[in-house]
Amino acid sequence: MNKDKNPQTPKTSKPQNHTTEWPLWEVFIRSKNGLEHRHVGSLHAADADMAIENARDVYTRRQEGVSIWVVESRNITASNPENSGELFEPAKDKIYRHPTFYELPIELKHI
Amino acid sequence: MDQDLYKYLLILGDNSMILGHRLSELCGHGPTLETDIALTNISLDLFGQVRSYYQYAAKIKGEESTEDSIAFLRTERQYYNCILVEQENTNFAHVIVRQFLFDAQHQLLLESLTQSQDETIAAIAQKSLKESKYHLRFSSEWVKRLGDGTEESHQKTQEAVEHLYPFAHELVTNTSIETRMNEKGIGTNLDDLKEEYYKTVIDVFEEVGLVAKDLKNRFAKGKSGQHTERLGYILGELQYMQRAYPNMQW
Repeated sequence: MNKDKNPQTPKTSKPQNHTTEWPLWEVFIRSKNGLEHRHVGSLHAADADMAIENARDVYTRRQEGVSIWVVESRNITASNPENSGELFEPAKDKIYRHPTFYELPIELKHI
Repeated sequence: MDQDLYKYLLILGDNSMILGHRLSELCGHGPTLETDIALTNISLDLFGQVRSYYQYAAKIKGEESTEDSIAFLRTERQYYNCILVEQENTNFAHVIVRQFLFDAQHQLLLESLTQSQDETIAAIAQKSLKESKYHLRFSSEWVKRLGDGTEESHQKTQEAVEHLYPFAHELVTNTSIETRMNEKGIGTNLDDLKEEYYKTVIDVFEEVGLVAKDLKNRFAKGKSGQHTERLGYILGELQYMQRAYPNMQW
């Protein structure tokens, strides 16, 4: 691939696209009081205030929520997929960690 | 038919109709996905309000009148929107400044109309007020961001202010119909909104160093049916289907 690394830049060297410089934010919506916030997606915004407003417009236009959290994506530390083996596989054969050996009364729901 | 009330409803509804159309032109063309959706949401809010006004107007006009015939079968002179809202989407700064100048008046107007003696108008105002508060929040925040952003964004916003601000006075100037409707306890006396309107607008402008000279375009008489050529183009697109295929339905 021999891409021209230095294309002729116009003399007026203004940034071509400010929007690409906006940081990415993760959006969490609480669908109703009493429930937890859930991750619904991400968006771009210049700062936290704008992220909240954008989230309101992008993710709650069909009454999806009563509360919004936003957090800049770069502040999230994620596990490394390469470590999946050592992180998650040891749990596979430990079925006794699931509370499935109890008889639950029928009246109990959502468990 | 109560001619004054009918026209007053059009004065109230037509601003939202034409501004809603202008914003709908941006659908899919917004500067970012997020602002595109925000502007389209505002457009839909405005169309929702328009329907309420036009449905009421159709009831007053009677005959075969419907909300659709009011929206699609009037000519330029029968539209009573302010000149401000028919201005082009020249660039994002123009879109935002136009929206801000409108929203600042719209919120005050709706607040006042919730006290209208006409129950239907009061109910429409009550329902629209929350939407309009959010619109003002959105547009005023963006005026500040653009005014306080880069040198380029400041300059473009300043140009937008210079172009659009001279039309703002029409939003807070009574026509004879508005005066009569106020005397009946139905309409708002726009004189009462003036001081707060200009304060809201100028405070935001000054916060970010935008200069609004005290200029008033004396040809801004949209509420009397005198428009710029821009409205013709808008109606050409807006009304094409009903003109080409009369009584067409979905």
